[in-house]
Amino acid sequence: MTLSELAPGEFGIVKEFTDLEMSVKLMEMGCLPGEPVTVSRVAPLGDPIAINVSGYQLSLRKFEASTIILQ
Amino acid sequence: MKADIRVALVGNPNTGKSTLFNTLTGLNQKIGNFPGVTVDKKTGFCTLADGRVAEIIDLPGTYSLYPKSKDESIVFSVLADKANTHTPDLVVVILDATNLKRNLLLYSQVADLKIPVIIALNMIDLSKKAGISIDIDLFAKKLGVPVVPISARKVEGIDKLKSAISFANKVALQEASIDVEAIAPGLIAKIREDLKVDNPYLALQLAHQHETVKFLTPAESDHIEQLEKEYSFHSQKAQGAETIARYNFINDLLYDTVKVPETAKDETHSNKIDKVLTHRVFGLFIFLGILLFMFQSIFAWSAWPMEKIGDGFAWLQNYLHSILPDGPLVGLVVDGVLGGLSGVMVFIPQIAILFAFISILEDTGYMARVTFMMDKLMRKVGLNGKSVVPLIGGFACAVPSIMSTRTIENWKDRMITIMVTPLVTCSARLPIYVLLIGLVVPNRNVWWVFNLRGLALTGMYIFSLISAIIVAFAFKLILKGRERGYFIMELPVYRMPRWNNVAFSMYDRSKAFVLQAGKVIIAVSVILWVLASYGPGDRFDRIEQKYKQPQYAKQLSPEDLTRSINSEKLENSYAGTLGHFIEPVIKPLGFDWKIGIALITSFAAREVFVGTMATIYSVDGNADKIESVQQKMGSAKNPETGQPVFTLAVAFSLMMFYAFAMQCASTMAVVYRETKNWRWPAIQFAYMTVLAYTASFVAYHLLR
Repeated sequence: MTLSELAPGEFGIVKEFTDLEMSVKLMEMGCLPGEPVTVSRVAPLGDPIAINVSGYQLSLRKFEASTIILQ
Repeated sequence: MKADIRVALVGNPNTGKSTLFNTLTGLNQKIGNFPGVTVDKKTGFCTLADGRVAEIIDLPGTYSLYPKSKDESIVFSVLADKANTHTPDLVVVILDATNLKRNLLLYSQVADLKIPVIIALNMIDLSKKAGISIDIDLFAKKLGVPVVPISARKVEGIDKLKSAISFANKVALQEASIDVEAIAPGLIAKIREDLKVDNPYLALQLAHQHETVKFLTPAESDHIEQLEKEYSFHSQKAQGAETIARYNFINDLLYDTVKVPETAKDETHSNKIDKVLTHRVFGLFIFLGILLFMFQSIFAWSAWPMEKIGDGFAWLQNYLHSILPDGPLVGLVVDGVLGGLSGVMVFIPQIAILFAFISILEDTGYMARVTFMMDKLMRKVGLNGKSVVPLIGGFACAVPSIMSTRTIENWKDRMITIMVTPLVTCSARLPIYVLLIGLVVPNRNVWWVFNLRGLALTGMYIFSLISAIIVAFAFKLILKGRERGYFIMELPVYRMPRWNNVAFSMYDRSKAFVLQAGKVIIAVSVILWVLASYGPGDRFDRIEQKYKQPQYAKQLSPEDLTRSINSEKLENSYAGTLGHFIEPVIKPLGFDWKIGIALITSFAAREVFVGTMATIYSVDGNADKIESVQQKMGSAKNPETGQPVFTLAVAFSLMMFYAFAMQCASTMAVVYRETKNWRWPAIQFAYMTVLAYTASFVAYHLLR
């Protein structure tokens, strides 16, 4: 299951990434394996999404979220 | 001022770094450039308790030393280049106490460069409110650096921070965070040996960034490249491994020093606001409503000060005319330069109000939400959510907006944003639209509440946005992207705007606007004045002779006589000759030679239009009284047909020309500065001129 499949309010734990380039950027922003993530909302036009991770709110596109595999 | 110690401020975006910078330096700051790059270098001075003076450098906010955008790359360069003149003696790392984990990543990287470091733990008041408990003593002990809790907004703890700066060690005493050598075994040792780099983390960073940093010689850079192949170094993998190691270190550090309650209060508070402001249905309407309110306010609130500034200049010009003798030099200074300056100065209220709004929207965190909401729409046309900020800023002025595109990481997105931003109706076009709409659109209401003129003006604004989007889409198809686009962005917690920041931004931007546009306007005014005041050969003498004949004095009042002489002189001046020269080209658009002169002068800056029209239609007195220019233009008749010059078709054709043409030297200069290549401003100039000519032609022939 990937992060992009979660609905707002749902929660998961990051397991691994499918895209190296994206993973480097995401990890820098505190989105690392083992880290719990919650989808807090979806933008009015359906993309991007906002997630809660490492104690703050991060927005990313659905495509980027689809590179994050959850446990 | 001479500084005893040089201090760099480093931190994540949204940590209150600029607020701390402003608090430390007051208004005692200046903006310069880092050598070789166009990133603004903000420096200021701060007197410490012991009387020594510290020079403070505000570095761009970044999440890590690995740059993702142009601005961010400067941070590593400044910290790493030991030979540079602005290498800091001390780094103050600002950490957001409400979000320590992510903030500490940058700290641990900076600390590993082994430059003396102090931590300023900002927003300590907010973190207490949110129930976060931090054992500051243990935290400082584990890191081995001084930690000063502050609240930059409430100006708390600043004195303690200043004394920490004055007592700072000259050598770096911080504990090491991670085992750097383990990330690229062998390679780091080899780089250290071959390039005489004493610090292992600096060696690792050079392995990553040797192609972009300016302080390595090509030979050194090639050598590193060679070594990387030898040791099969993979930049992204190494960076990933480093980040994971650093977060492990951070988790260990925070484990017994920081306790965060399940959900921080501030966060839920912010969430409640977000439920409304980014609501699936209302979110976009609220944004539209805010935009409408912004433009209404810009026009409504600026009317009075604009009038006063105009009046002030008119008074000054009249006064100078009354005390100085008539002559070419007085005419140049009073009518040319002062007249041109008043043309710029009247825009100050609009610019200031617009930047107040933009700074409030950014400060509160709302702009990040706009970016969030608009990204999908923007991406469809080849832009990026972050393009919204420059596009909105374009309503004020393209120059600062184009500079603000630096936050867009993706090259293609950024170039397209730069290319289309000048299409957005900037404040310099406003007086032209107001003048022309007032001339041809009747002042009456339709559908009860909508004023026809107001609708026409709003139409021009919406039209500009639509054309920017269409052109962006065209560029999306033409330009080849160099890298993948992505959108990973922090949504900062909503905060109240900092009013001194808002005031400072109003002052700062207005000043920059006056200086930038002022130079151009003065130059153009002087040149136009000279071109309009002198003519080739003895044409002027002949005109004087002609009007000395008795039949003119009989038929015309002395005032009318002067006016006739002046207008005939203008037609025969260099400017008039030039206007006649280009008339065949612009005739299909419905323009005569007088409009031609205004078009030519407007290529330096659009603001010049009204002033040029005023000069050309020989209005006596103040050149910037729109009312009188308008009356003159309204009564202007075509000498051949006897019909009014400014018909609906001509006015709209002219507005179309101003909507599309790249008539702004400052924008061209800033596009060059930002792209470092003359090709971009040249392409922009070419496509905009073609569009302007076509749109004018179509408008004129449709409405005729």
